[in-house]
Amino acid sequence: MLEEKRIPIIKIREFLIVSIQVDMHDKMAIQLQSQILTEIEKTGAKGVLIDISVLEMVDSFIGRMLSGMASMASIMDAAVVIVGMQPAVAITLVELGLEMPGINTALNMEKGMEMLEERLKENNSNPIKAI
Amino acid sequence: MLNGANDNNWEILTKEQIETEFDIVKMRGLVRHFAKEKKLGIVDQTRITTAVSELLRNMHQYANGGLFIIEIGNYEGNNALIFTCIDEGPGIPDLELAMSDGYTSSEGMGYGLPGTKRLVDNFEIETEVNKGTKVRIMKWI
Repeated sequence: MLEEKRIPIIKIREFLIVSIQVDMHDKMAIQLQSQILTEIEKTGAKGVLIDISVLEMVDSFIGRMLSGMASMASIMDAAVVIVGMQPAVAITLVELGLEMPGINTALNMEKGMEMLEERLKENNSNPIKAI
Repeated sequence: MLNGANDNNWEILTKEQIETEFDIVKMRGLVRHFAKEKKLGIVDQTRITTAVSELLRNMHQYANGGLFIIEIGNYEGNNALIFTCIDEGPGIPDLELAMSDGYTSSEGMGYGLPGTKRLVDNFEIETEVNKGTKVRIMKWI
């Protein structure tokens, strides 16, 4: 059954890696969102890479799910990078008028990983002092 | 405007009752299949699949589902893939408002109709409060 499918979340060093390989229905998207946030809490990951390179379509629901997740993760001190969006998907999202505030994107996994490492370095060199 | 499907010589490719989220996923796959088969480019395939997804989600969310029909035929001189959503839901009280860009409902999402309209070649809507809504979108092939 479709319902049994779960999207695996892999942790590598300080980052979580999620590769969405199926066309998600809404509940699955919501489940993935909470799954990732739980994983951030559990592992203390500082970044999340979400690979959507095989996603043939991102509609407003999935788009909002992704940007919502980025906001939530950022409150938990983790950055989200969306990786590998297909050109046709990007064109359609813009035409649809969906804005995805707070979303970082990268062309591929490697660039996304570099982005997260960069951010981690900056944070480590300028630690915010506790009041 | 939006009469029954039988007033045209359109060929029905699919006629399906939409009840669950799984039906939406299934229909997205089917829409892409037909778009591909009719040799639409990858961007147009994505546009029409996304547009249908938006309409079916509205239907599922606001009207508890409804009927979805995929047809192929001629419309005003254009060969078209034609997608029709018919529900017996609450209807849209202020259609003009719903069709204006930037309109969002209390849940902060609106019906997404202006965006959907931008993704297709023809967009028609008919709605009556407490009766239902019919939306028909087309993509030239």
